[in-house]
Amino acid sequence: MSAKDDIVIIGAAETDQLGKLPHLSTLSLHLEGARNALADAGMTPADIDGIATVQTPGPVSIAHALGVEATWLDGTGVGGTSFLFHVRHAAAAIRAGLAGTVLITHGESGRSRVDAPGWGRSPQSLNGQFEAPYGVFGPPTAFTLTALRYMKDTGTTLEQLAEVAVAQRRWANKNPRALMQDLVTVDDVLNSKMIAWPFTLLMCCLVTDGGGSLVVTTREKAEARGYDKPLVHLLGAGEAADSPMVSQMPDLTSFGAFKRSSAAAFAEAGITHSDVDHLMIYDAFAHVPIYGLEDAGFVGRGEAGAFVAEGNTSPGGKLPMNTNGGGMSYTHTGMYGMFAIQEAVRQVRGEAAAQVEGVERSVVMGNGGMFMAGATLVLGKSPR
Amino acid sequence: MPPPTKPAPVPTPETLPFWEGCAAGELRIQRCTSCGKHVFYPRPACPHCYSTDLEWVVSDGTATLHSYVISHRAGPGFAEEVPYVIAIVELPEGVRMMTNLVQVEADPEQLPLDMPLRVVFEPRGDVHLPLFAPAGSAA
Repeated sequence: MSAKDDIVIIGAAETDQLGKLPHLSTLSLHLEGARNALADAGMTPADIDGIATVQTPGPVSIAHALGVEATWLDGTGVGGTSFLFHVRHAAAAIRAGLAGTVLITHGESGRSRVDAPGWGRSPQSLNGQFEAPYGVFGPPTAFTLTALRYMKDTGTTLEQLAEVAVAQRRWANKNPRALMQDLVTVDDVLNSKMIAWPFTLLMCCLVTDGGGSLVVTTREKAEARGYDKPLVHLLGAGEAADSPMVSQMPDLTSFGAFKRSSAAAFAEAGITHSDVDHLMIYDAFAHVPIYGLEDAGFVGRGEAGAFVAEGNTSPGGKLPMNTNGGGMSYTHTGMYGMFAIQEAVRQVRGEAAAQVEGVERSVVMGNGGMFMAGATLVLGKSPR
Repeated sequence: MPPPTKPAPVPTPETLPFWEGCAAGELRIQRCTSCGKHVFYPRPACPHCYSTDLEWVVSDGTATLHSYVISHRAGPGFAEEVPYVIAIVELPEGVRMMTNLVQVEADPEQLPLDMPLRVVFEPRGDVHLPLFAPAGSAA
């Protein structure tokens, strides 16, 4: 692929700290991540002409706060996978000449809720009429609703579900920035506080404050600047939608948006599963990576629970997954997808805290909403 | 500040026949007269064949337990109910809806998937909500 069509991530960074940050507003979290990513790229806002981010506060506010006169803005907001969509959209915009270098920002005061958007939905909305009246209280009681059906249909056990949390804690144990680092056993997971049967606290993601940003441009521009870090190439990307309400998923045991977006991304990248050295699958809850492993075809139907329990995704395993510790152990601001991309970039560059040896290609799969929208990125050390 | 009350749906023009059915003790869903498939949630066109010729039919009030969680945290207005069952049930026509299970203990031993259920209606705000009870329980 020519240097001007080869899309690269040239800057990637998170906020200085993750966790409980009540002194930072949502806007400040966006801007701290943005400044860090621009510094990582050796750039200033003057080098940026495209902005992508979600509400709150949205691309206009970010461009304004940074003094960027953008020629291209994208506010696609499809939950935690939005930033994977933004990378794909930015690649298309850059190739089409609509922007030269795009800054993608995330900031969310998920825990302290400083200028965080409210949860309230209209009682006339679909959700307000057909889900909210039944006492769903955010993701822990809605995202989780599919798991018992999946477990019954595939024979997956509660212990195998718990193994996902155990495996990811092994990675977090190697990562000083992870919020939860102490190793846990299956019993620890199953005996932690019951949230929504069959999900205990340790099978649920964290709730934190934080942010992160990416700078996306072409290899041609990056090489002209004399960039001194390994470039991370976008080899393929896919995006897809499923259902706006979890109760209306066509199949509760499979996420169509994982299937379709991963198939599109793998096809564009021209890779097969054996080409993947490292994997990030959005883990809002323990069953989501299990769905991702099966929906992307890394394992067969009903095999993911055993695959994780056998250690294949743990340190030393053949398919290292969620190596920052994931949303369950590293951080989860609410829209975690940005952090999944950040870890994949670190792994491809070779600068991760729990670095996997020889990562040539990393796959990132993001979920948005509750099995609402999905996207997949294939990132690589070498161009396509 | 008074404790929160349970959220009450407010019908829109296209969902009103569903809620009117609930108030009349009937579970009404849409059926496409063009392709014959049933549709839930209520909407103006068939998602299968794009036809706008949808009619309202009365489902027989039975369902099976498709999946569920037992919430140990209280949603707004649900403090008295904890732990309570949030379920997805499947009607004989194949459509699914979210609901709460009632007249049964919130205990996994009592709640095998695919167990037969029947609808009961509970007043909420200006509407009646469809909830589900075990098929064999007293009416």
